[in-house]
Amino acid sequence: MKMKPDIFQAIADPTRRAILTLIAIQALTPNVMAEKFDMTRQAVSKHIKVLQECDLIKPQPSGREIYYHFNAQKMQEFDHWLAQFRQNWETQFNQLDKLLSTIKEQKK
Amino acid sequence: MKNDLLFDFNVDKAAKTVYITREFNAPQALIWDAFTKAELLDQWSAPAPMRAKTKYMDFKIGGRRFYAMVAPDGQEGWAVQEYTSITPKTNFKMYSTFADKDENRVLPGSEWDHNFSEEKGRTKVSITIFNESLERMEKMIEMGFAEAYTMMLNGLETLLNHTEK
Repeated sequence: MKMKPDIFQAIADPTRRAILTLIAIQALTPNVMAEKFDMTRQAVSKHIKVLQECDLIKPQPSGREIYYHFNAQKMQEFDHWLAQFRQNWETQFNQLDKLLSTIKEQKK
Repeated sequence: MKNDLLFDFNVDKAAKTVYITREFNAPQALIWDAFTKAELLDQWSAPAPMRAKTKYMDFKIGGRRFYAMVAPDGQEGWAVQEYTSITPKTNFKMYSTFADKDENRVLPGSEWDHNFSEEKGRTKVSITIFNESLERMEKMIEMGFAEAYTMMLNGLETLLNHTEK
């Protein structure tokens, strides 16, 4: 399996969650992010790097600035993947239901 | 299968934790056995068409279950569950890790907590799964899921009804 940056780590950080929430509404430059969160450019760059590594945000150069967009598709992929996990459990539990009925029948 | 049995599935992404609750129409003692006895676990705990194959299971604190998820093409994915806490009929905890066929564990794993309670002849099972990393969780899902999902799309009902006969 190919290695992927850890999306959990990316969203476990409250500042990064806030950044995501913000850029989900509007693409932002690192400078604006730094202002809004009262952080240094270096701190913002660090968060951007993590978010970008797991495809949660995408850069889009515009003139001399880089705007970061929220990559909703990545979040959907992740949710889709969790939905699959849920389905997996549902399947197993339905199997257990059937097994239980079988056991009950045998006991009669 | 349509039924009125409770099924809850919640994921706290930030906490890397999955919460699963399911009701079963059977007494607690039987459900406990279904989760803690190899011969029963092997009959339901892999989503069809995968199947579970337990090599050995020693259900006691510090004991292990060494088992495989076997795909229809015969490919085996091995895992080790180590029991860290057992309160008969009501709770058990385990540390689950993937392994190779020689039982060498691949860390990190995930922590599983199972709670059982009965009301009016129905048993509720609550499972909490904490994963240390995303890769681990992704693999956990991949291991049992891919085949089952395809099958589900193709008509899981048909498959299960057929298997029953």
